Amino acid sequence: MRRWLGVYTAAFFGFLHVPLITLSVFSFNSSRFTVWEHFSLEWYRTVFRDPQLIEGLWNSIVIAFAATAISVVMGTLCAYGLWKQKSRLLTGGLYLSLVTPEIVTGVSLLALFQWTFRWFGWQLGLYTVILAHVAFLMAYVVIVIAARFSTLPPSLEEAALDLGATEWDAFLHVMVPALAPGILAAALLALTVSFDDYVITSMVAGVDSETLPMVIYAMARRGASPAINAISALTTVFFGILIIVAARVRER
Amino acid sequence: MRLRFWFLLPTWVSMAALFAAPFLIVIAYSCLSRGVYGGIEAPWTAENYLRLFDPLYLTILLRSVFIASLATLLCFLSAFPAALFISRARHKNFYLQLVMLPFWTSFLVRTYAWIFLLRDTGLINTALEALGIIHSPLPLLYNDGAVLLGLVYGYLPFMVLPIYATLERLDPALFEAAADLGAGPAATVFRVIAPLSRPGIAAGSILVFIPCLGAYLTPDLLGGGRTVLIGNLVQNQFTTARDWPFGSAVSILLMALVTLVVWQYLRRADEPGL
Repeated sequence: MRRWLGVYTAAFFGFLHVPLITLSVFSFNSSRFTVWEHFSLEWYRTVFRDPQLIEGLWNSIVIAFAATAISVVMGTLCAYGLWKQKSRLLTGGLYLSLVTPEIVTGVSLLALFQWTFRWFGWQLGLYTVILAHVAFLMAYVVIVIAARFSTLPPSLEEAALDLGATEWDAFLHVMVPALAPGILAAALLALTVSFDDYVITSMVAGVDSETLPMVIYAMARRGASPAINAISALTTVFFGILIIVAARVRER
Repeated sequence: MRLRFWFLLPTWVSMAALFAAPFLIVIAYSCLSRGVYGGIEAPWTAENYLRLFDPLYLTILLRSVFIASLATLLCFLSAFPAALFISRARHKNFYLQLVMLPFWTSFLVRTYAWIFLLRDTGLINTALEALGIIHSPLPLLYNDGAVLLGLVYGYLPFMVLPIYATLERLDPALFEAAADLGAGPAATVFRVIAPLSRPGIAAGSILVFIPCLGAYLTPDLLGGGRTVLIGNLVQNQFTTARDWPFGSAVSILLMALVTLVVWQYLRRADEPGL
C-alpha cells in the first residue's frame, strides 16, 4: 500500500513538473520543430531582439512595482486598522474581491473606466492597469500582513504607548519593523501576481500599455514558437528566484 | 478623528471606487438596452436576463458548471493519494515546496506548456510518430479534454494543500487503531481517513471549483475558441460582440453563482462534522 502510494506520488510530481522542464529544455533547441537538433541560444537572442517583448516587459515591470508599492502601503495601514478594530464589512468585501472571477473584475473595471471617461477626455493606459492591479492586489496584501499581525503580542504596542509614543509613532517605529517580514512577503506575492496577470490586464490596457503576458498570449494564440519556450524558461527562473528570496525572508 | 479611521480610509476608498462602484455600474448596465452602435441606452429592461434562458446560453452555463465540477473531481482524485503520502512522509516540507513550485510560476506559461506538448507538431505527437506508434498526429489540442487537463493542471496545488493540512493533523494512532480492529489498508483509507479529512476536501473543492467556473484563459488557449464557457461568453460580449448589457447580465449571473457556492460552503463549514 505504502509503496504504491510512493509510486503514485512520484508520477504525480512528474505530471506537475515534467511539462515545464521539457518546455525549458526545448528552448535551447536550434530547430524550430519539436525534434532535438543541437544546443543553441538562438531563441534567447530572438527574445531579446524583439522590441514588442522588451516594451511589454518594461510595462509589466512598471505596473508591477507601482501597483505593489501602492497596495502594500495601503494594505499595511488597513491590516493595522483591522487589527485594532474589526470591520466585518471591509473584511467581507476584501474576501469577496478575492473570489470574484478575474474576467468579471476585468469587465466591471472596464465599465467603470469607460463610464468615467464620459466626463473626462481620458483614455485607457498604464494608469488604468495600475489602478486595476491595486484593486485585486489589496485582498492578497491585507490577508498576508494581517496573518503576521495575529502573531504579534498586543503588549508590543501598549508598551510603546506607555513609554510615551504617539499612536502614529508606535505604528511607524514599533509595529512596522516588527511586521517587516510579513510586509516583504506580501510585496513579493503582489509582484508575482501582478506580473503574471493577463485576464484583468487585457480588459483595461490601452494601446500603449501592452504587458509581457499580453504579448506572450498573442504569440501563443498564433501557435507555438521556441521563442515562447525561451520567455517561459526566463519567467520561470525569475519567479523561482523570487520564491527563494521570499522563503529566506520568511525564515528570518 | 480617531487615528484608526485614517488607517482604514485608503482601503475603504479603493474598495468603494474600484470594487463596489464597478459592480454597481455592471448591475445598472445589465438592466439597460444595447444601442445600435454597441452603446448602452435606455429603456430599462429585464430582457438581458431573459436571454440567459435561451437554450444557446443555457447550454454554455450548464457546460461550465459540468466542466468545473469534473475538473474539481479529477483534482480531488489525483490530489488525495499524493496528499496522503506527503502527510506520512519524512521530508514533508520538501514535498510541499514541490507542490507549491508550479503555483508560483506563471499561470500563462503553465498553460502554454500544454500547447507545446499537445499540438499536432507538439512533443507527444512527434515522439509517438518517431516511435512509429501513430502515422498521423492525434487531435490532442483544441478540445474539451485539453481544457479539462489544463484546468486540473492549473489548480491542482489548491486541492493538495488543504487536504494535506487536515491529514497532517490526524492522530497516527487512528491508523493503528483501524489496523488493530481488522481494517485493511483500503478500508482504513475509505472508512476512516477520507471521512475525517472532509473539511480539507471541501476547502480544496471550493478553491478549485470557483476559478474553474469563471475560467477564461484556459478554455481560450487550449479549447481554441471551440470550448466556450461562461468566462469566454462574458469576454466576448464586452469585446467582439459589443453587447455590454448582455455581458453585464452574464457577469452578474456568474458572480451570483460564485457567491452562492461560497455562502453554502461557509454555512456548512460552521456545522460540526465538516
